[in-house]
Amino acid sequence: MKTLLFQTLSKRNRLLILGVGLVLISVYLIPIWSISIAAPQYPEGLGMQIWINKITGATPYDLKNINLLNHYIGMQEIVSESIPELLFMPYVLGYLIFGAFITELYPKVGMAILGIINLIIVGLVGLSDFWRWEYNYGHNLNPEAPIIVEGMAYQPPLLGCKVMLNITACSYPSYGGIILGLSLAVLVYILWDENRRKKTNAV
Amino acid sequence: MLKKSNLILVTLGIALFAFVPNCKKGAATATLASDAASRVYVAPGEKDEVYAFLSGGFSGQMSVYGIPSARLFKIIPVFSVFPENGYGFDEETKDMLKTTHGYVPWDDSHHVEASMTDGKQDGRWMFLNANNTPRLARIDLKTFETKEILEIPNTAGNHASPFATENTEYLMAATRFSVPVPQASVAIDSFSKGGFKGTVTMVKVDKNTGRLSIELQVLVPGFDYDLSHCGKKKSHDWCFFSSYNSEQAHKMLEVGASKKDKDFILAFNWVRAKECKDQGKAYNFGGEYVNNFHDENKPAVSTKLSGVKMLNPKDCPGMMYYMPTPKSPHGTDVDSTGEYIVGGGKLASVIPVHSFSKMMEVKDKKEHHSTEIEGIPVLKYESTLAGEVQKPCLGPLHTEFDGQGYAYTSCFVSSEVVKWKLGTWEVVQHLPAYYSVGHLSIVGGSSTEPYGKYLIAMNKITKDRYLPVGMELPQSAQLYDISSGKAELLSDFPTVGEPHYSQMIPAKLIMDKTAKLFPLEENKHPYATKNENDAKIVRLGSTIHIYMTAIRSHFKPDIIEARTGETLYFHVTNLEQDYDIPHGFAIGGAPNMTNLLIMPGETRTFKWVAPKPGVYPFYCTDFCSALHQEMQQYIRVNP
Ligand SMILES: [Cu+2]
Repeated sequence: MKTLLFQTLSKRNRLLILGVGLVLISVYLIPIWSISIAAPQYPEGLGMQIWINKITGATPYDLKNINLLNHYIGMQEIVSESIPELLFMPYVLGYLIFGAFITELYPKVGMAILGIINLIIVGLVGLSDFWRWEYNYGHNLNPEAPIIVEGMAYQPPLLGCKVMLNITACSYPSYGGIILGLSLAVLVYILWDENRRKKTNAV
Repeated sequence: MLKKSNLILVTLGIALFAFVPNCKKGAATATLASDAASRVYVAPGEKDEVYAFLSGGFSGQMSVYGIPSARLFKIIPVFSVFPENGYGFDEETKDMLKTTHGYVPWDDSHHVEASMTDGKQDGRWMFLNANNTPRLARIDLKTFETKEILEIPNTAGNHASPFATENTEYLMAATRFSVPVPQASVAIDSFSKGGFKGTVTMVKVDKNTGRLSIELQVLVPGFDYDLSHCGKKKSHDWCFFSSYNSEQAHKMLEVGASKKDKDFILAFNWVRAKECKDQGKAYNFGGEYVNNFHDENKPAVSTKLSGVKMLNPKDCPGMMYYMPTPKSPHGTDVDSTGEYIVGGGKLASVIPVHSFSKMMEVKDKKEHHSTEIEGIPVLKYESTLAGEVQKPCLGPLHTEFDGQGYAYTSCFVSSEVVKWKLGTWEVVQHLPAYYSVGHLSIVGGSSTEPYGKYLIAMNKITKDRYLPVGMELPQSAQLYDISSGKAELLSDFPTVGEPHYSQMIPAKLIMDKTAKLFPLEENKHPYATKNENDAKIVRLGSTIHIYMTAIRSHFKPDIIEARTGETLYFHVTNLEQDYDIPHGFAIGGAPNMTNLLIMPGETRTFKWVAPKPGVYPFYCTDFCSALHQEMQQYIRVNP
């Protein structure tokens, strides 16, 4: 195990990690997650996108209209400031990218493993945080809301679709999220490849 | 079980009826009808293929239908006030109806014209005439709202209007009622002695903004100019005006104006006219007129203008020619190639077709002139004639073209549409129209590239087509499918006002360009309130400005106090940025204002003078949300 940790990455794998670092930069420019809302009264649908540092509507007006719909059921207004995590998420991403570049100076398999652990932690913390955020929005309703449906909460699903009243809400990773997932897959592949190389070298 | 057997019986009945050999017209109509139903059926959620813009006749408005379903989509207020949305009442639009005669809240709108580029409909604007108080309007097809109204001076009865040149360089507007020009109290019987005149007005359309301005007027003999159409392709430089009462009768026109065997189609070279103007041959002439422009999200601006450039035909040789045309011609229609000019003589027994090339060949050869009227040469009838459609019908009025070499002419007296072939002049089909057809319209039928397929015939008298609804029966139009060799009647549909004239445009030219909302950040209204936190009440002496916002489902500010006699301006901004979420605004008992319908992102102003002390409710009139009914508040008026 120890030998694998300090095994120098193959040239190809180093390039792959450099590629991961470069591709991750694009995550600053594209949404990570998207929630779409469909209802008969919204045949064109409404959408909300979560970026590394902000929440926006799928069109310039969607977020405003989602908030207008939500105010009937007493949901708090969704604004970027409502997720403090968005303040430090850009730094976490920066740390991941920085890690990829450092690997070029110190190209050991251990760095790839560190990357995997980091990505998994970021993913798990991010998703649980997202769930907590959704939970709060869906459950902390204004008791003086115009429309109160007994026992009804409006928490969108973490992943997949869910019907709430007459609205179908779907939640899926967007381009940025897919890139993060692919980055993890590439790192896992590198680990597998290096492990295989170690075995063949040993023979 | 019983039901089922009934059904079988009925089905058998229909089948029998359908298979009765064509001995009776009724049978043929019945089979046609069952098939026709599916051809006009537009399933829920599906969209129509064509927009039809119909003028509202004496309603002064324009209405929008979907074809083939014939569903009414919208009434666009143009020359008449519209209580439904406050047009002509509120502070933003009331100046749209200003004229030199003051505020004129009604008109008689006859002809719809579509803007064109290279002779093809471009889906940018619609134009509409006001016959009674001569005006011309531009309707923007992005918002389906009236953007501009231009008054035409030195004219009466703006009937031969607004007909566009091939690239909408100009709109033509000509006199229906010749009058003293300039206006004066003259003896009516001086009409026949040249005391009455007509004018042809060239209205310039700015090709980027659509803004309208008067380029030039031409003083023409005092006939009644009825309709017009401009040339295409080779006849690009020309517009053609039909005229009646060339007898210049002034009493009992029914007889007096129907004496001569032929009246005239006036051929007008507008390029030449512009040339003469530029050479300084036009002189300054009086005439006051008003231009009203309603910019997006701003109050309309009404500008008083005076004076035009006037041109006499004798000062500009080569500009105008009269082509004799039998008898009291109504329509003058140019086919898609630009070669044939078809006259529709209301009292004629033939449909005369003039040839543009022949006209060009003979127009300046003296031997082809029969006489001259006030500087305008009269060409010989035979010299420009391409052919005559013999015995087509009674009272041919208006012709449009399908682009396949066929022409369709509406006939008022014999109440039918006749289909005939250009070039051979033979009638190929008679289509009965149910009761007194006026104009007809083919999709793109007056452009260089007709889309063909549908034709509507607009009826003047409906009689028993629908359930009776009192003495005034529904106005009506009939829809025909002309896509195959034999045209077929598909449906009847009742219409708003008198459906006088129409332009039909393929939906794909317009549907994706329509605006969904006014972006709040672009709202330049001087009284806009773009954020609820900025809502406020500002007192200026006895005037109160209320900067009010409307959003689902409340107004802000919501409680307002005033004293009797004070003037309140409710400047209401709809803060919504969602498609199809207007808010309404009305105050109980408001005597001089109707309702406001405020589009998303728009600001409109409701003026109200506080009446006697009391508490007055105001509320949203357009159902906007689950809490629409709660969108209501009060104004307290103190002594
Ligand atoms: Cu409302």
